[in-house]
Amino acid sequence: MALLEVADLRVTFPTPDGPVQAVRGVSFQVDRGRTLGIVGESGSGKSVSTQTLMGLTQGARVSGSAKFEGRELIGMPEPELRKLRGAQISMIFQDPLSSLHPLYTVGWQIVEAIRLHEPATTKAQARKRAIEQLGLVGIPQPDRRVDDYPHQFSGGMRQRVMIAMALALNPKLIIADEPTTALDATVQAQILDLMIRLQQEFDTALIMITHDLGVIAGMADEVLVMYAGKPVEHAERREIYYAPHHPYTVGLLESVPSVSGAKDRLRPVPGAPPSLLTPPTGCGFHPRCRYAMPRCPVEEPPLIRGSACWLPRDIVGTGPEAARRRSEAAGR
Amino acid sequence: MTALLRVNDVRKYFPIKEGLLIRREVGRVHAVDGVTLEVQPGETLGIVGESGCGKSTLARCIAGLHEVTSGSIEYHGLDRSRGQIQMIFQDPYGSLNPRRRVGSIIADPLVIHRSGTPAERRNRVRELMELVGLNPEHYNRFPAEFSGGQRQRIGIARALALRPRLIVCDEPVSALDVSIQAQVINLLKDLQSELGLTYVFIAHDLSVVRYVSDRVAVMYLGKVVEIAPAEQLYRSPQHPYTNALLSAASVADPDLAAKRERILLTGDVPSPILPPPACRFHPRCPKAAPRCSAEEPLLLGEDHRTACHYPGVMI
Amino acid sequence: MSLIEASSEAEHTPGITPAVRGKGPWQLAWERLQRDRAAMVSLAVICVIVLLAVFAPVFAAVTGHGPQDQFPETGLTPEGLPVGPGSGFWLGADSLGRDLFVRLLYGARVSLLVGVLSTLLATVFGVVTGMLAGFYGGWVDGVLARLLDVVLSFPYLLVAIVLVAALGAGVPLMILVIAFFSFAAMARVVRGQTMAYKEREFVEAARSLGASKLRTMFVDLLPNLVAPVTVLASLLIPTAIVFEATLSFLGLGVDPRTPSWGAILADSTDYYRVAPGLLIFPALLLLITTLAFNLLGDGIRDALDPRSDRLLSRK
Repeated sequence: MALLEVADLRVTFPTPDGPVQAVRGVSFQVDRGRTLGIVGESGSGKSVSTQTLMGLTQGARVSGSAKFEGRELIGMPEPELRKLRGAQISMIFQDPLSSLHPLYTVGWQIVEAIRLHEPATTKAQARKRAIEQLGLVGIPQPDRRVDDYPHQFSGGMRQRVMIAMALALNPKLIIADEPTTALDATVQAQILDLMIRLQQEFDTALIMITHDLGVIAGMADEVLVMYAGKPVEHAERREIYYAPHHPYTVGLLESVPSVSGAKDRLRPVPGAPPSLLTPPTGCGFHPRCRYAMPRCPVEEPPLIRGSACWLPRDIVGTGPEAARRRSEAAGR
Repeated sequence: MTALLRVNDVRKYFPIKEGLLIRREVGRVHAVDGVTLEVQPGETLGIVGESGCGKSTLARCIAGLHEVTSGSIEYHGLDRSRGQIQMIFQDPYGSLNPRRRVGSIIADPLVIHRSGTPAERRNRVRELMELVGLNPEHYNRFPAEFSGGQRQRIGIARALALRPRLIVCDEPVSALDVSIQAQVINLLKDLQSELGLTYVFIAHDLSVVRYVSDRVAVMYLGKVVEIAPAEQLYRSPQHPYTNALLSAASVADPDLAAKRERILLTGDVPSPILPPPACRFHPRCPKAAPRCSAEEPLLLGEDHRTACHYPGVMI
Repeated sequence: MSLIEASSEAEHTPGITPAVRGKGPWQLAWERLQRDRAAMVSLAVICVIVLLAVFAPVFAAVTGHGPQDQFPETGLTPEGLPVGPGSGFWLGADSLGRDLFVRLLYGARVSLLVGVLSTLLATVFGVVTGMLAGFYGGWVDGVLARLLDVVLSFPYLLVAIVLVAALGAGVPLMILVIAFFSFAAMARVVRGQTMAYKEREFVEAARSLGASKLRTMFVDLLPNLVAPVTVLASLLIPTAIVFEATLSFLGLGVDPRTPSWGAILADSTDYYRVAPGLLIFPALLLLITTLAFNLLGDGIRDALDPRSDRLLSRK
């Protein structure tokens, strides 16, 4: 049994314009010491699916199952879920300022979090641990900065505080939702290094949500690519980067200028992501797919051997040669 | 070849004022602090740097949106009053007025500069929409009905209306989804070769800048620390900050990511209100020596200029 | 690849219906408002009241009772008390034998006139002041903002009483007084909104195109202010109507002979035991009118909610 097992998760938000099908059937597992990267564009459902696990999608219709150490999270009463949140499962968000309370010192917030879940801890003990945690995430002079307010930290330092808080209770699973998107490149590198180091040290399971395949290239064990609320490709890291099968994954990789500096014309994915009020029929990607076949709008391809696409399984990879083979197979 | 644009020791300071009724200056943000560079006709000059380095302020100075505090910007054969310098903005949601139809948004520069009759303007708008890959039939729609990528195309069409020669692009793709970014980059490149445009291209994404630029300037805390032809800068970066920046960039290639040595900088970018003396990078620089905190390095060299006492490739 | 091919990379968003003329924000708001039952009922109620006020002379002709005409024979009982509702006097008569129904209709004219005109005046002055303060900032804002503070801290009822006592009662004066005290609230809202919008990129974009300040204010800012201004105006109307009634009740409003809801209410105080209709009908009308305007205002606010923009653009 994996630490977290999500099966056929579906999330729908009612809106005045009709129901928005944000997540349309996602399954994955994560184990201790492993990192799962979830990649997708805005509106792919990558954030909603993990927020749902934490009971953070108020007012949404949720179906499917998500078992954490065998306990069902979907439909779990809020008080029980709250006990899990923070203690067993922590979240790190893109914008630390919005998840830290502006009117309390960071130390107070970490102490509160510790004492909430471990009532036996004294204030002094909790404070000592808070200082340790801040030091652990690389905040200089943690014994002094523990009494600072969130706004007194820079963006990168604030994200470190967030991580310190997320680790304070030694959780088994950390969900990081675009943790470095708001940060500059050099700071992003610092934070990613920190996360890798801490994960190895504490043997936590980590879910990294990002829109940028580059961010998780160095750390994800497996990658789940989402599009229009569904997983389109789910494979081990090397396979995703070096032998991608789904045209959308290929499109993501080819949209980015090559690291070698080659100035070949970029091959963007045409079109724009669909509205989830009226998701496309069949394969969600077919309106933008260069290789769409007659069956694609009609029949939904199942996620078989890591990819949800009707193209032959042996055509993988990026570049013109793979593109040619795909076109041939699609009869285009 | 004469430069299209010459930026001479430009400084832009923003006063920080305090007080309720009588507001007095209590400090200054040194957003751009002595930048000299030139832009050649037909080239793309990329400007990279992290938030707060002054790249957007410099772009706005060049586009004439900010008055410079000191220094000068010389335009050669560029008439700002005829709209020959235009700007493309970062946020495709914020840069279009949500309450106006896209046709009238794109026609704005024509109306403001009293160019053509209403019928001519309408034709020009349709022409522009087609040029940037939008359906001209949609000129009566509102921005909310377009996706992020399409909105950026609307912004580009507007910038092209007066047939400008120089376009300042301020992070034109960083707010877009990855799969859409490439569409806009391709469009910008096509327009450049078709219309002979010159670009000043601001971005924080190093690989995008490398892809579009002929030359690249790296900024740190209001100053240019290195400027060179793009390939040269990426292959043999001389300034320690450029080295760190390049080593920190994420790459969608696990093997490369694993192989790479990252130069991890310590600490954060200092405040531009009280920038460090001499070399501004010295408090974070892995190579810093006593000289660095005493003497400011000049931007030296021919094609490849670096402002460092101890330049050299580190990655 | 040529530009034509490049445009084939353009987006054909499946989520958007291929209507050539897009639904504007106003049209969408109207559609949403139509789904709001309370607001639509309120709108109908307001329309009925407006129609009744407009056709007041028709009702006067039908009943044969002018608003000022006294009917001691038919309107008063032999004991000299007002008659109750019946076929002759639909809602009964008042203490002087005047037709209450007809007077209420004429009173509606005064109430609506004062409510709408004073709000219109307040809106015009409020928008101008607020935009100037918000857009120019600096000392202009300093002076105007303090001025608004002063107006808002006036004890307005006292000032109104003093003004009316000094200058004499009358509809024009009342409209001016009410407008003066409500324009500050409007100006504050507009100032805040202007300051927020001024920072948006589309205003910067307009500047980069060379738009004048006047054009920026009218073409770029004003359309975005319509939503909050409409909401506030629809909430100011009932306030003005109640204020008018209050002043008239105190005998400080319109000329005492002119029928006005406040004055009719004031008349009723001596007779409501024998003729409760004199109290109930004007009070009810006042309540229904203000309630309808308030509910409509709430409905408009919900319909114009900026969230709708986001929903529309959801990918």
